[in-house]
Amino acid sequence: MEQKPLQQVQPHIVVQNLTMAFGSFVLQRDLNFTVNRGDVFIIMGGSGCGKSTLLRHMVGLQSPAAGRILYDGTLSFWDAEAEARDRIMRRIGILYQSGALWSSMTLSENIALPLREYTALREEEIREICALKLALVGLSGFEDYYPSEISGGMKKRAGLARAMALDPDILFLDEPSAGLDPISSRLLDDLILELRSSLGATLVVVTHELASIFTIGNNSVFIDADARTMIAQGDPKVLLAESRNPTVHNFLTRGGGGT
Amino acid sequence: MHPVQKNVLLSTGNGTPRISLSRPSGDRLLVSLSGDWTLSRELPSTQDVEQSIRSSEAPQKLVFDSQDLGAWESGLLTFLLKIRELCDREQIPLEDDGLPPGVRRLLALATAVPERKGARKEKRSEGFFTTVGSSAIAFWESFQEMLAFIGEAAVAMGRLLTGRARFQRSDFLKLLQQCGAEALPIVSLISMLVGLILAFVGAVQLRMFGAQIYVASLVGIAMVRVMGAIMTGVIVAGRTGASFAAELGTMQVSEEIDALKTLGIPPMEFLVLPRMLALMLMMPLLCLYADLMGILGGLIVGVLMLDLNVMEYFQKTRESVTMVFLWIGLFHGAVFGVLVALSGCLRGIQCGRSASAVGQATTSAVVTSIVSIIVATAIITVVCDVLNI
Repeated sequence: MEQKPLQQVQPHIVVQNLTMAFGSFVLQRDLNFTVNRGDVFIIMGGSGCGKSTLLRHMVGLQSPAAGRILYDGTLSFWDAEAEARDRIMRRIGILYQSGALWSSMTLSENIALPLREYTALREEEIREICALKLALVGLSGFEDYYPSEISGGMKKRAGLARAMALDPDILFLDEPSAGLDPISSRLLDDLILELRSSLGATLVVVTHELASIFTIGNNSVFIDADARTMIAQGDPKVLLAESRNPTVHNFLTRGGGGT
Repeated sequence: MHPVQKNVLLSTGNGTPRISLSRPSGDRLLVSLSGDWTLSRELPSTQDVEQSIRSSEAPQKLVFDSQDLGAWESGLLTFLLKIRELCDREQIPLEDDGLPPGVRRLLALATAVPERKGARKEKRSEGFFTTVGSSAIAFWESFQEMLAFIGEAAVAMGRLLTGRARFQRSDFLKLLQQCGAEALPIVSLISMLVGLILAFVGAVQLRMFGAQIYVASLVGIAMVRVMGAIMTGVIVAGRTGASFAAELGTMQVSEEIDALKTLGIPPMEFLVLPRMLALMLMMPLLCLYADLMGILGGLIVGVLMLDLNVMEYFQKTRESVTMVFLWIGLFHGAVFGVLVALSGCLRGIQCGRSASAVGQATTSAVVTSIVSIIVATAIITVVCDVLNI
């Protein structure tokens, strides 16, 4: 959570020539992009183009068919030793699409689990940190609730609190605003932005909510299902103004650009 | 938790998190933060601050200096939140200008949404009578639910007979395969072993009277009349009943059952009925197969251990096992099929909306099936005795 000067551009995750495939079916090939430290990096594209799969590759749940993913600009995730991989995994937090809270545990137990596994904190301190994380996402007082007892939006926020449990350097968010009403989704965006600017973490967000893309993103990659590769990258606002690619333009203007 | 590891981490260098208190002017208390406030280090306690706030010359204001503050994580925030709570209690204003901007914003965020009133759960301890009473009520309610479910199943059966029930033929055929043919290997193994065991235990006793040949009667009657059905019932409860409960439970979790209901398709007809029919048809067949396997197991012991002739064994079995026994056995099987299907589907449909609820539903389905199998066996046996068959 160290405060890093955001102006200075430092590569945090570098994706090189990544090819993603299920067996012999190639989903995407030749993906090349860099996520810099402190970026809010958006992975966008139409449904079924492999956004979530790309995220799964970046967090180490799925191994690439070809190509590399470098952490901190140098360390190749899939070529590294198991121990180095564990170290990387511990420095990332992930918010899954449906929250993926463990249903047999209360919210505070959900947040406490990574703390118990990976730190030497006392129970007292763990309890305080759980309360803090829940307070940060606006869920004070819900420590002893089970995931089945709270609403979908609250589950998302609780999932975010769990993703932040270990004060990660990189937060991966898979469709954070999917299934939320516009106001909740806007509040979640604000929360994400606020957390990023105060934590100084790098954010990688999979989304196709245009509002979110333009409010929070400062860098992005656009992957396309038909081309089977990336067809644009850069600041989404710049892409909207300058991209000549009809697919990208259509997507960012909700098909209203006309080509 | 890990004291050794903790000491190692503590001894590393000059980044140790510290606070020092000073009074730059009489009414202000300056808290200076230094070092790296990360989760892997032992953090200072708020006790010193508390003492000087509560001292005779209580400060009028609390300020911070974070010039020597290195890296920080959640630990610093929980520390500051505790100090803020302290100040609120003692009504001393707290100035956070001296903190890094990120810390200030996070503190603001953490206190932005006040705790919702009544949200926190209170731990209540209930008296003995309350506990007994509420579990009795819960038991009664679940009993009523079970009766309602059985009633609905019967109505669905009626609709089937009048040809108005709705379910997909392809589902039904798949279910027939799943709970019939695919269960053959395990049924073979278990029944043959049960036949073997029965014959073995019987042989030791019967040999004392030179009545080895009656092993064939023992195994034949026991397997055909009741054991084949019970063993198959238990296997099917663990195999198919559990899978029904888990499948329907997961469908409940992912709102698939709701989707059926809102389409106006009763889950009872669409999901429960084909499962019940499939087990009702397949259980007697599996039973018959189990009977044969059990007799085969007995034959192996008879031939290898008691030196009986294969034809002799076969003849004796035919003599002692009447058709009535066979029908009773098959009737057991059909009843068990209905019971297992009903318990599995009932628990699956009743399932809550979480992963752990699916686990509970599955456990409870198997327990209910096995208990009802045993109870049903007892009832059928008594009834047969009364009817002299």
